[in-house]
Amino acid sequence: MIRLEKRRQPSTFWSAMAPLMAVLLTMIVGGAMFAALGVDPVAAIRTIFWDPLFNPQFASYSRPQLLVKAGPLILIAIGLSLGFRAGVWNIGAEGQYIMGAICGAGAGLIFYPSESVLIFPLMVIAGGLGGWVWAMIPALFKTRFGTNEILVSLMLVYVAESILASVSSGLLRNPEGMGFPGSRNLAQWDASANRELISGTGMHWGVVAAFIAVILAYVLLSRHILGFQVRLSGAAPKAARLAGVSPARIVIFCLGTAGALAGAAGLFEVAGPAGQISIDFNSGYGFTAIIVAFLGRLHPVGILFAGLLMALTYIGGELAQLMLGVPGASIQLFQGMLLFFLLGVDVFTHYRLRPTAREAA
Amino acid sequence: MADALLRLTGLTKAYPGVVANDDVSFDIGEGEIHALLGENGAGKSTLVKMIYGLVTPDSGAMQLRGKTFAPSEPSEARRAGVAMVFQHFSLFDALSVAENVALGMEAPPPTRDLARRIREVSEEYGLPLDPFRTVGTLSAGERQRVEIVRCLLQEPQLLIMDEPTSVLTPQEVEILFATLRQLKDEGRSILYISHKLDEIRALCDTATILRQGQKVDTCTPSEQTARALAEMMVGSSFEMPEGRAHSTGDVLLEVTGLSLAAPGAFGTPLRDVSLSVRRGEVLGVGGVAGNGQDELLAALSGERLAPAGTIAFAGRDISRAGPMARRDAGLLCAPEERLGHAAAPDMSLTENAVLTGARREGLVSRGLIDWSAARGFAQKVIDAFDVRTPGTGTAARALSGGNLQKFVIGREILQRPDLLVVNQPTWGVDAAAAAAIRQALLDLAAEGAAILVISQDLDELMQVADRFAALNEGRLSPARPVSELSLEKIGLMMGGAHDMEAAHHA
Repeated sequence: MIRLEKRRQPSTFWSAMAPLMAVLLTMIVGGAMFAALGVDPVAAIRTIFWDPLFNPQFASYSRPQLLVKAGPLILIAIGLSLGFRAGVWNIGAEGQYIMGAICGAGAGLIFYPSESVLIFPLMVIAGGLGGWVWAMIPALFKTRFGTNEILVSLMLVYVAESILASVSSGLLRNPEGMGFPGSRNLAQWDASANRELISGTGMHWGVVAAFIAVILAYVLLSRHILGFQVRLSGAAPKAARLAGVSPARIVIFCLGTAGALAGAAGLFEVAGPAGQISIDFNSGYGFTAIIVAFLGRLHPVGILFAGLLMALTYIGGELAQLMLGVPGASIQLFQGMLLFFLLGVDVFTHYRLRPTAREAA
Repeated sequence: MADALLRLTGLTKAYPGVVANDDVSFDIGEGEIHALLGENGAGKSTLVKMIYGLVTPDSGAMQLRGKTFAPSEPSEARRAGVAMVFQHFSLFDALSVAENVALGMEAPPPTRDLARRIREVSEEYGLPLDPFRTVGTLSAGERQRVEIVRCLLQEPQLLIMDEPTSVLTPQEVEILFATLRQLKDEGRSILYISHKLDEIRALCDTATILRQGQKVDTCTPSEQTARALAEMMVGSSFEMPEGRAHSTGDVLLEVTGLSLAAPGAFGTPLRDVSLSVRRGEVLGVGGVAGNGQDELLAALSGERLAPAGTIAFAGRDISRAGPMARRDAGLLCAPEERLGHAAAPDMSLTENAVLTGARREGLVSRGLIDWSAARGFAQKVIDAFDVRTPGTGTAARALSGGNLQKFVIGREILQRPDLLVVNQPTWGVDAAAAAAIRQALLDLAAEGAAILVISQDLDELMQVADRFAALNEGRLSPARPVSELSLEKIGLMMGGAHDMEAAHHA
């Protein structure tokens, strides 16, 4: 028999190896799943991980998609990771993302058809504010009334979705859209368009913001006293109180930052890749970012890679559905395995295996 | 001494990385009170757990009255006549005494019979107990009685008691000792675990001393000095702390009429607490656990804000100031709970140095932490207080209790506090480390700082404090000079009998 034994110190080796092991195990078990579905496993793995980047037939389309999809995931996950480090469980980034998109788009559309260069920056600020306000609701409820931020932030996602449905067929509907739901196309309006900055890379302002967020979060967590307080609040709340950290301030900071980043991500999406506010412009980035945050071990650099990897499985998964005819659910299963194995392998960071049957000394 | 009741031969138990018990052999005689003495981590708990069937030895054998005794679980040990009172009680607050006792029995009799038995046994042994009282309303001493009576109902031959006096007032200790002597006279044996040397010398017939898992000696404690016993435990001689002659200065901390509601359902409210501490003085605050110690520390550290005008520090009202402002002013605190409160378990010693030292040690400039300065400060604490650790990058929880305590106390002392408030500074710390910590507190006072020591260890308070006050249900007695106090008076103060006339007000 073997049993788990807690390590005195977390293992740095396993902490670094866990994500690689998880990817490897996912490829093996996922491959077996594809084989069971009657698809050549090697071809399936290659289609998911290799073809989007290097197959000359697809790469020109899918390579830019990598950054397009990874950008919002990274931006949102960075914000969420601060909260998760502090023990503040914001599950409602999807709602903050939607509200940011609505507020940002609305702020721009007021000035339509002006061509002022100030419109896009204004929209980004309004987007961030929209997400921030939406995140302040669970934050204030928590600090004032002690409500659970998991429930409140999650429920507000559904409220945000209802508001989205309402404005896309009402307040923000394109007056020249012949009655179809959905706003004016922001990507086709010069003043508001979130363009690809370097042709063929998929790099837009949202991706730039994501990279900046990674760097700032890294400095915050490793060097700044506020980042130290965030980590301390999560690791030992009572010790944080002793150090003079106000729990309410940390809740407000973490939820606010996550909300603002998610809101900005929503605006970048709606002004670029999505193009317009419509009932279903949001593609679940707010929820997927939770996986990205944990896959990246709540570490800014880890999140950068996790976001790219997650984006790759999205793009590769679509390609596999198209080229090999695997069912869409199998791709979701494949993505689920990634998180499953990561959490599984993660156990070895804090525990080691010991045989229990010991010979009498 | 009669024949051996329990004979232990070559008991060995190893855990990964540590041999908890190494070839331990000794006898417990019939009708004997046998002390098991040793520092934390000496292997006392493991040994007792083997006798009680909670842990199986790797090798070695036990014989109970000449027959092989190898309990595989506690119920088997209980059937063989071995009972144990744990240091931490396992009682349900919401149930009555009788219901709690019934829960521990395999086939409890009807409640009325059980209540009668409880009353009989408790009166027989001088431990009065009402079977129908709700446990939640009992004091710590009364709860312990429930545990003892629960054991006595099984008519045990061997009663194991793990640090039973740590929650008792001196008077309650006397009652307990009378009960234990009565049990001994009936021919029962007691295995008594403690590190309080005077108690062992007063009570026990024989003492077995463990050090690092090995038996050092079995001796007759009344023939040994407390110091000799302590040195056997530690394995070397160490300096007992000495106070230096020093003069006290101005009043630095003045608490007046501080009342504070209980934090949550299990806290204790502070009721009209007044105290003052002068520079160069050590004020000792005693009391049984759970009488407001944590709450008093939280009110002084600023973790909980006090009503305006109740706490003055160096002549300034700091009642509404938070922990950071109070630390800036020179009021530093070291709480009782090391892991989770005084230190973050999973963070490194360097990070834990930043925890309270960030501002006073200048480890932060314009919001950015200077990690090399933080490492330097952590290393300074490690060097000055002889903290045994591989380095500053070690996680706090990887340190032993004593070493972490030295780090926590050292971290505050090296920040040159004007007032240091410590709660249980040497709890769970070995004798040598405890002596070092007490010496450091006395040195700090000699240099002109004011010290407030909250402790449940009366010997410790007598050793370090100039004046003594007792906490009882959130009320603080007036402080009196230690030189005027006897153990009996202290016991009365801890029990809440503040029989001091107004003229005595310090």
